[in-house]
Amino acid sequence: MAELSIVEAEIPSSQAKGPMYQPDVLDTRHGVILYMEDITVSFDGFRALNNLSLAIDVGELRCIIGPNGAGKTTLQDVITGKTRPDSGSVFFGQTINCSKLSEPQIAQAGIGRKFQKPTVFEQHTVYENLELAIKADKGIWNSLFGSLTGYQKDRINEILETINLTSSFKSRAGLLSHGQKQWLEIGMLLAQEPSLLLLDEPVAGMTDYETERTAELLNSLAGKHSLMVVEHDMDFVNSIARKVTVLHQGSVLAEGTMDEVQNNEQVIEVYLGR
Amino acid sequence: MNFKSISGLYDSRSWTYLGIAVAFLCLIFPAMNLLTPVDSLFHISDYTVALSGKILCYAIVALAIDLVWGYTGILSLGHGLFFAIGGYAFGMYLMRQIGLDGSYHSNLPDFMVFLDWKAYPWYWKFTDHLWYALFLVVAVPGVLAFIFGFFAFRSRIKGVYFSIITQAMTYAFMLLFFRNETGFGGNNGFTDFKRLMGYSITTPHMRLFLFVLTCVTLISLLIVSRAIVNSKFGRVLTAIRDAESRVMFSGYNPLHYKLAIWTFSAMVCGIAGALYVPQVGIINPSEMSPSNSIEIAIWAAVGGRGTLIGPLLGAGIVNGLKSYFTEAFPEYWLYFLGLLFILSTLYLPKGVVGLINQLKEKKLIKMDPANKLEEVK
Repeated sequence: MAELSIVEAEIPSSQAKGPMYQPDVLDTRHGVILYMEDITVSFDGFRALNNLSLAIDVGELRCIIGPNGAGKTTLQDVITGKTRPDSGSVFFGQTINCSKLSEPQIAQAGIGRKFQKPTVFEQHTVYENLELAIKADKGIWNSLFGSLTGYQKDRINEILETINLTSSFKSRAGLLSHGQKQWLEIGMLLAQEPSLLLLDEPVAGMTDYETERTAELLNSLAGKHSLMVVEHDMDFVNSIARKVTVLHQGSVLAEGTMDEVQNNEQVIEVYLGR
Repeated sequence: MNFKSISGLYDSRSWTYLGIAVAFLCLIFPAMNLLTPVDSLFHISDYTVALSGKILCYAIVALAIDLVWGYTGILSLGHGLFFAIGGYAFGMYLMRQIGLDGSYHSNLPDFMVFLDWKAYPWYWKFTDHLWYALFLVVAVPGVLAFIFGFFAFRSRIKGVYFSIITQAMTYAFMLLFFRNETGFGGNNGFTDFKRLMGYSITTPHMRLFLFVLTCVTLISLLIVSRAIVNSKFGRVLTAIRDAESRVMFSGYNPLHYKLAIWTFSAMVCGIAGALYVPQVGIINPSEMSPSNSIEIAIWAAVGGRGTLIGPLLGAGIVNGLKSYFTEAFPEYWLYFLGLLFILSTLYLPKGVVGLINQLKEKKLIKMDPANKLEEVK
């Protein structure tokens, strides 16, 4: 990677064939969608994240596991701009510096986030939830006077189909079951058309059947999108994971395939040794 | 926005009710005041016209607070300030209209003569022009709300903390306006108005004109507000109320949305204040007292938050009761107001409108139990 950038730098600008540097456009030419480098976050002296470095490739489905308090949720807070790191940098693609953007700006740049507790707009119908989430101009003027385009309506119907809520598109989201709310939230993420999806325990509180369907859904999304999934349920992780990162006390303890990680001495110690 | 989207704001039945209300208030009500003999059963006294006009102004304020509290979840306990500022802005024009008819027959208002001022201070400039005064009526509350809101919302001040700051704001302005040197008449405020647009302000016709104007303004603002809450903008507001973090991570900036509705709401209050002052004939700093702003929130709570029409009813009910009680049992009014608030919080969490809807639903289920199943689905 380093070599490549040196070569590029040596080409005189008049002959450069690569695209121009555009500050707000996601640039994934190097195959990496998210870089986190030396991130440290402390709350009242407690280091939630400790010199954490992590990179996620385009189209990857990455699972993050780790014991309670390992910093999994804080990690997502840092990426989405909710928490500012004390030191270190987060880059979305080559050029977008997340630590300089606000939450809505990061969301518009293309990072979607699903919370641990399903968070949907309970007083709105399922359809309205998706309407609010759909990729569009999210300024005041458009909200007041704009209306959905045909493409956006098709997208909403498509997503309703994907998340299996077509029949209840008119019901209030507050009336949905827990699992359905989880799905609606995933649907809202899809509607945003993000390049990177962060999912915090997407199958918590789901039935086995729902968990299975969710695994299928996430597997089908990988490739088109990049995903980072934080999960406790090891069976679920097994069914979707290609690459697993283990966090422990705010740093990366191990990284690799599920098998490699499960046989890692340190990981076994952290998970079983207490 | 075309006609079809406007007519789609309410169903045909609600439009009919709205039409009947407008016809009654704008035609029959004035006719009953002007055309019937004083001892007739159908006669409406001048006092009733003045009282109703005042209540309609309050209803506009209730509508404004519903937009920020009912829909966006921002409880303001300082809306009385924007109302009073609108009133003061229009009061400046009314003071200039007195001309040389004041007690000192000076070009300046009496209180300025009393302070031995020789000329109008700079902020009174151009206030003798109606259009400029009308501009101030919306601009001053709007700018004040924008600045206050920008800092409060940017710092993500929410819930009860926000409410307390709004109380402090209105209290601070009350103290400022109590000072004679501020140039707004100190604790007496503005009063003794003589004319409006050159016409005497005390005639029954002027009173009715102001009444009908208030009514038309109220209905127009109701329709505009309905258009706002029915748009996607309105759905974003409700979403901010219910799950602000989700709104942010969906790519909306809540700051812009809150600031927009907050500023609009303050401007609406300014308009209400401007309509209030010529009808009541006085504006003074007590309108900015914290308790006034709390009463505004009570109107909305009693009527039913987040329904637009509810707070209008709430303003009518509470103020109707108030004028009855302060006459019949003057010393018990505040106890009764407190009781009303407690009872509506305990038994009518969705206000009067919520009660009506509940009764309607019960009737529907009685008629056809299948309706209940639908609801659960």
